[in-house]
Amino acid sequence: MYKIGVIGDKDSILGFLALGLNIFPVKDKTEAESVFTKLVNEEFALIYITETTAKEILPLIQKYKEQSFPVVVPIPGIKGSENIGMQAVRNAVERAVGANILFGN
Amino acid sequence: MAVMQINPTRMELTRLKNRLKTARRGHKLLKDKRDELMKQFLELVKQNKELRETVERMIGEVHKKFLIARAVMSSEFLGEALMFPKQKIALKAEEGNIMGVEVPILSFTTESTDESNVYPYGFATTSGELDGAISTLSEVFPYMLKLAQLEKTVQLLAAEIEKTRRRVNALEYVLIPQLTETIKYISMKLDENERGNLTRLMKVKDMMLEEAHNYKARLKEE
Repeated sequence: MYKIGVIGDKDSILGFLALGLNIFPVKDKTEAESVFTKLVNEEFALIYITETTAKEILPLIQKYKEQSFPVVVPIPGIKGSENIGMQAVRNAVERAVGANILFGN
Repeated sequence: MAVMQINPTRMELTRLKNRLKTARRGHKLLKDKRDELMKQFLELVKQNKELRETVERMIGEVHKKFLIARAVMSSEFLGEALMFPKQKIALKAEEGNIMGVEVPILSFTTESTDESNVYPYGFATTSGELDGAISTLSEVFPYMLKLAQLEKTVQLLAAEIEKTRRRVNALEYVLIPQLTETIKYISMKLDENERGNLTRLMKVKDMMLEEAHNYKARLKEE
């Protein structure tokens, strides 16, 4: 059985605790990096990460982009969406099609 | 297009012709694969986009509710209320297959199936806003899981499409023209050799006849 982890600032992710997910509050970049690496090495198949934190450790996340596990999903934090998740979808379209055909801007 | 560095022999010609045949077949197969991948991809990415919009909106709502809950409750009480979750989620992860691309398939089971039983706290010290936030959050979660699966699939497919497209292009614009050129070069070279040989034979024949019958000397005599 695999586990689900949630990384981000404490205020954004506290609620997920009630759902029975494992939450890992982080304060800065170095902490986020070490927590993320730890989760990847343990049996976390699915990691939700707030966009604010995701932005800081983006290179680290990109490394796991082409493996089927772990699945890393950016979610909006308490400060609202920063479009990182949407940007990833957009990049995928551009990569596959060669042009942006889904997003009309 | 450059011709390959190769000896213009009949054996090489046969070899190259076989390679060309294989390359053409591979090109066709890869092109079909690319088209099919693209078809699947476009469908999935559309879903992905819509689902992400929904999830982001719903999580925004959850945050808003939490904000209010935090405003009416002290953070100690809030932390305490959520500290020992009642609900446990077990994630099941399998690998599926789309056109040879390994994609994750995620599903989850909750320990308690009772929908109303997600609150890990007594209602005495908590505010109603917290209940709302938690219940919305538990509603979003299935969508979040679906999103995770879909998004990963889309990313993996995009990588595979890019790889396949590169291969198709390399075959179409590099390997196949190069092979065709080289085959043409070899067959022209062989033809040229053949013609050279023929002329040489005719010349030799002339010389031998001359030697045997002495045409020139006889012509002078007459």
